[in-house]
Amino acid sequence: MTTPPVSLLYTEVEEELRAAVRALLADACPHAAVLARIESATPYDGDLWKALARDIGAAGLLVPEELGGAGASAREAAVVLEELGRAVAPVPFLTSAVVATRALLAARTAGVAGGSGVADELLERLASGEITAALAVSFAASPYRPVGAEVTYEPGTGETGACDVVVSGRVTGVAGAEAADVLLVSASLPGREESALIAVETREQGVAITPMTSLDLTRPVAMVSFGSARGRIVARSESTRSESIVRDAIAFGAGLLASEQLGLAEWCLSATVEYVKERKQFARPVGSFQALKHRLADLWLEIGGARAAARNAAGALAAGYLGGPGAGCPGGPGGSAVAVAVAQAHCGDVAVHAAEECVQLHGGIGITWEHPAHLYLKRAKADQIAFGTPGEHRTALAGLVDVPAPA
Amino acid sequence: MVRERARAFLAANDPSAMDRLDFLRARFDAGLAWVHFPEGLGGLGAPRDLQTTVESELRGTPDNRPGRIGIGLGMAAPTILGFGTEEQKERFLRPLWTGEEVWCQLFSEPGAGSDLATLATRAVRDGGEWIVDGQKVWTSSAHNARWAILVARTDPEVPKHRGLTYFVCDMEAPGVEVRPLRQITGEAEFNEVFLTGVRLPDSLRLGAVGDGWRVAQATLMNERVAIGGASGHRTMIDTVCETWRSRPELRTHDLHQRLLRLWVDAEVLRLTGARLREQLAVGRPGPEGSGMKLSFARLHQELSGLEVELLGEDGLSYDDWTFRRPETVDFVGREAGYRYLRAKGNSIEGGTSEILRNIIAERVLGLPAEPRADKDIPWKDLPR
Repeated sequence: MTTPPVSLLYTEVEEELRAAVRALLADACPHAAVLARIESATPYDGDLWKALARDIGAAGLLVPEELGGAGASAREAAVVLEELGRAVAPVPFLTSAVVATRALLAARTAGVAGGSGVADELLERLASGEITAALAVSFAASPYRPVGAEVTYEPGTGETGACDVVVSGRVTGVAGAEAADVLLVSASLPGREESALIAVETREQGVAITPMTSLDLTRPVAMVSFGSARGRIVARSESTRSESIVRDAIAFGAGLLASEQLGLAEWCLSATVEYVKERKQFARPVGSFQALKHRLADLWLEIGGARAAARNAAGALAAGYLGGPGAGCPGGPGGSAVAVAVAQAHCGDVAVHAAEECVQLHGGIGITWEHPAHLYLKRAKADQIAFGTPGEHRTALAGLVDVPAPA
Repeated sequence: MVRERARAFLAANDPSAMDRLDFLRARFDAGLAWVHFPEGLGGLGAPRDLQTTVESELRGTPDNRPGRIGIGLGMAAPTILGFGTEEQKERFLRPLWTGEEVWCQLFSEPGAGSDLATLATRAVRDGGEWIVDGQKVWTSSAHNARWAILVARTDPEVPKHRGLTYFVCDMEAPGVEVRPLRQITGEAEFNEVFLTGVRLPDSLRLGAVGDGWRVAQATLMNERVAIGGASGHRTMIDTVCETWRSRPELRTHDLHQRLLRLWVDAEVLRLTGARLREQLAVGRPGPEGSGMKLSFARLHQELSGLEVELLGEDGLSYDDWTFRRPETVDFVGREAGYRYLRAKGNSIEGGTSEILRNIIAERVLGLPAEPRADKDIPWKDLPR
């Protein structure tokens, strides 16, 4: 066996970052607070997000230092996500600091005339914690199929240059939109072979964000509609380049979502283990029954695999996501695209399994509103759909590793 | 330093100009057999992961045929190192490593499988000797073995875990009878071993009288690491994928979905193993090791089952049912039908998957043990 291409362990710096995030969440994000918030008018916790984004600097982790960020990599972002998953925290880190930030970073290097200045400006404001962003794309979008949103743009009145446009259309199922100050949307120019990634400030006239009654109340989705809303082009393309930026950002998010799923599954396992040690029936702890022990042992094995797969995906993405087999991942069986697909194919189901076992093995209390188990179940089930289902990632592997489908 | 040593050794010992065994003995004496063992016992007292450096420097030179002496290397050697006297280490380790002396394991009995501590083979002291009577089973390599590691009951009056003692058994001693035990694959990798009035000198005892359970635990832990840590977890998935690619007429949508699932499982297990090795290399072994054998057994069984099904009509035939006694244990050799049947043993040998789940649940997750009826009762009074 060759040496793994990326380290699957945690560095000291990563462990320090984890400790800081965990301490913050222990203090500011107890289950009681999350349970209270999910039925409030502000499902995302602004104060917690501010502390995470500014004080710990999580918002700018992926932003280069010259733009005021930490210049860190996917590996550090993954550790933050593990902790956020463990606490099922209602903050827009994944949607803003990971996915939207990734799209802006890609737009920045796409070299579009006049556009990179907008990307740089937005990245600086994201890194400082001044604004929060969201990529206006369905949370159920997959990196393997066209995003297909019906959004168009037209040239604007041109007061501040060619980047000014007017955007119309709508996107459903957008996560993190309610917490966003800026929406990034991929739109096409009617009648022309041209598309663009456009930044629209949510306070602009014509922007409406309509919350949907969501399965996951800790990361609700919303419908976003643009009615001739003013925006600025971040990246322009004569073909479908803006689409490829969006799909790259989704793939990047999918790879890192695995770490959130890992953290979520770990909480479910440890909470369940603690419960079955204490809960007594038939005059003994229910955790002494082999039927339960074997289920928990199997879950522990799955989570061990999830840790290896999630770390591998984060490491491969940190080494540079290039989108294709063989890219950025020497020694692996086929690049970071494989690492992402493997991580999602495995971790998506592991998180759901862990949350379902958590509910079942808690017995009656596990299906009450007051116990936090349902928060994890709903988050896990929504995460399974997010950025490609495990089945879609497996199907993608067929092409990536040459296991072709029947004719 | 290890690399230089390996190069210097190779410069001084040309394998093409030497007898194979002389080369291996010289390699042992140079401390390049297992670098993490102490000096003078085939090692250099170096970190274990440096062994890969030695192996890459000595690639292509005669090896000790590890497939033939796996029990000696994986189980007997670490136990002798951990619990043997200096004389025992000097006597046994060198010929064990060179493969001159094959070892087998006399643990399981017809009445003591998962509950190994209930074993009934008796060892009774007679002056400076022990007289051993009993029956052992599932003994791989017994027909080739010069020595065995043996656990026997020396005190039936105390609870079962406390009355055991660990020995090295001379397989050439009078009273040792080895009979092949044919498996579902058609061949006989393992044997039944009958011990009738076998006399062993006390110098063959490993560890203190009555301490056999503790010594055996060390052996079993090493066994699981050896089985679960075996490289080549991807071998079987690669084999199935080769068939899939070269025989498009066999493909169905159902098999495709299942194969992709198993491809992911195999990759996740490979990564888990890679992470475990990284932890070991930096001296922070994780508990994941106890799970590797369990995952490996399940993956092998599902993959080999899928492979036979994929083959369709070819899956109806079997390569060879001839009753043979193979020299080596090979999980992936031969054809799909053999792999399918051999893999059934993976969740039984070296601790059943059910026992391993108990171990994970109790030792890793800290869940309470089942209430037990046999803990404080003298072995002789247990229902059997």
